[in-house]
Amino acid sequence: MLLLNASGCLDALAAPEVARQLDGFVTKTITPLPREGNAPPRIAETAHGMLNAIGLANPGRERFLSGHLPRLRELGIPLWVSVGGFCAADYADTCAALDHVEAIELNLSCPNVDEAADSAAEIVAACRRATKLPLYAKLSAAHPDIASVARAVAAAGADGLSLVNTLRGLALDPRTLQPVLARGTGGLSGPSLKPVALAAVHACYAATRLPIVGMGGVTSGQDVLDLVACGASHVAVGTVLFSEPVAPSRIRGELSAVDTDEVMGAAHRAEKSLEFRAKVVA
Amino acid sequence: MPKREQARVVAAEPVGPYALLRVERGRLVPGVPGQFFMLEAPGRLLPRAMSLCLATASELAFLIDPIGPGTRALCSLEPGDRLAILGPLGNGFRLDVERPLLVGGGIGIAPLPYLAEALRFPPAVLGFRSELHAEAAVLLPGAEIAIDPTLVTELIPSGHSVLACGPEPMLHAVAARCPGAQLAWEAPMACGFGACYGCAVEIGGQLKRLCLEGPVRRAAA
Repeated sequence: MLLLNASGCLDALAAPEVARQLDGFVTKTITPLPREGNAPPRIAETAHGMLNAIGLANPGRERFLSGHLPRLRELGIPLWVSVGGFCAADYADTCAALDHVEAIELNLSCPNVDEAADSAAEIVAACRRATKLPLYAKLSAAHPDIASVARAVAAAGADGLSLVNTLRGLALDPRTLQPVLARGTGGLSGPSLKPVALAAVHACYAATRLPIVGMGGVTSGQDVLDLVACGASHVAVGTVLFSEPVAPSRIRGELSAVDTDEVMGAAHRAEKSLEFRAKVVA
Repeated sequence: MPKREQARVVAAEPVGPYALLRVERGRLVPGVPGQFFMLEAPGRLLPRAMSLCLATASELAFLIDPIGPGTRALCSLEPGDRLAILGPLGNGFRLDVERPLLVGGGIGIAPLPYLAEALRFPPAVLGFRSELHAEAAVLLPGAEIAIDPTLVTELIPSGHSVLACGPEPMLHAVAARCPGAQLAWEAPMACGFGACYGCAVEIGGQLKRLCLEGPVRRAAA
């Protein structure tokens, strides 16, 4: 099991020591052209999570390939590149330009930008034709039947799934009753998202048996085990990094006495799950 | 990466409407005046960014305005409580200035006591919205005080290098009046070390992360 960061939740060039705790660094989503992102305010705390409306701020494909990627390689951490766009060709062109990275994550589900016109399966198929690198499709649990989307991207050639992206939410300023975020809505992350992530991983594992990077509200070793039990092969941390940049090391410590391979898919085999729970280090 | 330490609370003392949160320094270093720390807010998901107000050999202190659930939780901490503190972060004030003058507004006076000490107690002018808020001026003995409707910018004499912290309209007014002034800005911030991209502000016509590019910036000369 690899411990990764959720895309957009870490800048490895600004905080390399944080990234070095991980088994791989997932970049912010790269789009063909540079994006400044949305106007501030872009973040809001909620009762058990947070909203962000960063809006895919990134240097764009050319500057990423010529400037950021070489500097990221110098860190010596396996790299996963998150790729975004607004049509299938946007994604495929970036995939074709990438080489010598661990994997590509296709961001098919950012709640803070207008959606791509093409379907998730069309985008994955175009990227499949453009690269031999492992392709992970990052999906949103906002879809009423995420398992059907998972089956469609699997058929289109995805090697794995990243589950889940944030869910669109709204927070109001209690004094003005106006949205806190300049964009209005933002993506909900943090502990509020965990049950949604578990359900999505559980459903997509049953539907496809593809490798899954599970994420959504992971703050502890127990959260990691829960995702793995639902079918995640790897787990990513996001929001917890903001408050606790050393969380990956702590979580690894909490899992030191557990064989995650043994836990894999345990939630699909009900009779065994109680034994595994007993092994978790409190 | 700066240190993240569990710090023990010495006291949270009222100063006007604010609270001065004093913690044992432990292995934390105070950094440059104007730098900030991320303080774990009890019961909240995200830490809160606070500039350092005072440093002694054994303590660090933060001036906090209890305006929301996180800052209220911080102001309610009891002696002996513990909280995680990450820092110092960001870029502080440049101290190699001639004839410094400190300008503060409201809770923006927070970094000025530590800055005053580093600059050997230069003159200071402070603006507050009420007599109650102005009680916080006790942290900067000798400062000249303006209370609403008088504006602190009316008290700024010419011929000084201005170092300022306060609400955004005050900072814009200071920038207009004192080109080249050093201004400490504020933005909502989830992490403080460049990870969340939440603290974007417009700098030179582009959106940039205040935690990495600030919080202290020089006004256009």
